[in-house]
Amino acid sequence: MKKIEAFIRHEALEGIHNRLAAMGLPSMSVTEVKGSGRQKGFTESYRGARTTIFLRPKLKLEMVVDDVDLERAIDTILEESHTGQPGDGKIFILEVQEAIRVRTGERGPVVLEAHDH
Amino acid sequence: MEGVAIDTVWVVVAGCLVLFMQAGFAMLEVGLSRMKNAGAVMAKVLVNMCLAFAVFWAIGFAIAFGDGGDFLGSTGWFIELGNPDGVASLAYSAVDENTKWFFQATFAAVTLAIVWGSMLDRVKFGAYAPFAIVFVGLIYPIVVHWQWGGGWLFQHGYQDFAGSGIVHLCGATAAFAGAMVVGPRIGKFRDGRPVPIPGHSMPLAILGVLILWVGWQGFNAGSWLAAVGADLGRVIVVTNLSGVFGVIGATIVARLLLGTLDIGMMGNGAIAGLGAIAGPCAFVAPWAGGVIGLVAGSVMVLVVLGVDRIRVDDPIGAVAGHGGGGIVGVLAPGFLTTPSSAELLGGREGLVYGGGATQLGWQLVALGSIAAFTFVTAWATFAAIDRVIGLRATEDAELQGLDIVEHGMYGYPERFIEVPGATPDDALPELAGAPAGAATRAWEGAS
Repeated sequence: MKKIEAFIRHEALEGIHNRLAAMGLPSMSVTEVKGSGRQKGFTESYRGARTTIFLRPKLKLEMVVDDVDLERAIDTILEESHTGQPGDGKIFILEVQEAIRVRTGERGPVVLEAHDH
Repeated sequence: MEGVAIDTVWVVVAGCLVLFMQAGFAMLEVGLSRMKNAGAVMAKVLVNMCLAFAVFWAIGFAIAFGDGGDFLGSTGWFIELGNPDGVASLAYSAVDENTKWFFQATFAAVTLAIVWGSMLDRVKFGAYAPFAIVFVGLIYPIVVHWQWGGGWLFQHGYQDFAGSGIVHLCGATAAFAGAMVVGPRIGKFRDGRPVPIPGHSMPLAILGVLILWVGWQGFNAGSWLAAVGADLGRVIVVTNLSGVFGVIGATIVARLLLGTLDIGMMGNGAIAGLGAIAGPCAFVAPWAGGVIGLVAGSVMVLVVLGVDRIRVDDPIGAVAGHGGGGIVGVLAPGFLTTPSSAELLGGREGLVYGGGATQLGWQLVALGSIAAFTFVTAWATFAAIDRVIGLRATEDAELQGLDIVEHGMYGYPERFIEVPGATPDDALPELAGAPAGAATRAWEGAS
């Protein structure tokens, strides 16, 4: 079981979610975050006072998948997030020790199985 | 008799328009404040409007318009306790004393609202009442008495129809003094340079400007205190041309100097143009309204930058909008008053009509005396309040927000704290009105 943590552009989310849901992997959490990276900040001007904001808004997409689903999930995020410009984001893959479904108490990869939507 | 009724209806309606300007100030100020202070701004505007009315009823009106000397009046306390014939200074208007009082009270409330604009986000609530008593009870009425109360400026022919000097310059000067005494918001200046602290809602700020604009129609055209025989139409045209060109001037100058189409500057351009035309509106030709607005809107941008440069923090630009505009509006009649309006309303024609420099001289005297008197007295009042009860909110209140610390609740609670039922969520059936003890949920059992 692996956790995917992807920092993506806002525009990429809909395509990612549509395709992952279609392949039976709709379970994800999305958080609005601010971050800095290779993409430059922007200059803000308010009544003549200026400042440079280095933090830009991004989305953080988190999902835990079974090993068998990992590569196609990564491919989907990559394809939908890619524009070729700085600021496309990054994807991190982390090992997950256990997965437990709260409603039933089930444990292990069964919790993460792809399913019909 | 019919004429009196028509006059009265118009002055009451005009007073209501000026009263509506409080909504404009509320929206403008809340839009340019931060979310954590939104509730405090609303409380401030509402309570200060009430304080202004109460104080103006008890003492302000008598000092402003009452019979007396060249510097202050002394009849008409609590309106009806004075001379039953009413105050002599407003005898030119046929409407009754109560209507006159209502219209003038809305002006006092506007002037007080201007003062607090520059001090947004950092004033202790307890400071409002003592300042309102001194300002609406003494400082503003004395300035009013000099002109509209028949005092020394009026006798020398100073021209100020609806208060570029008496309302806008007076309010802005006190705002300037207050902003200096209270000091800048935490984080406004870093290494001597101004840091942008943008307001949380430009839509609300511009809505406020437009509400003020509507109210200004009553402010200026209502100042005839009459409808029958009053040239309402020209005042309305002049007023709107000045507001329009105030926005145009501010937009262009801000674009040239700052490189951006600054939204706040556009809005303040309207304030400057409208503030600048309050005084000249009955004295000048329609084209002159456009010129005055253009100059006022342009000057306003420079004043905003100047105020920042001397490290005075004025979050809504009250000093620039009402002060910059007010100065232009005090001086403009010296140049642009038409011969016919000088004959009708007093004073002399302006320089461009060959009237010589005497009128401009008295406009300058008025500018200097209103600004100097207001600055000294307002400064002293703020300093005294600061010494005795404290003018500035605690650092804790400023950082956490005046809303939660002074008022116990946020203006926008759901932005900052968990509110029961605020988030749409089917996992809390007891809050969504489900029957007590409901053990199953619609989705239970679905895979």
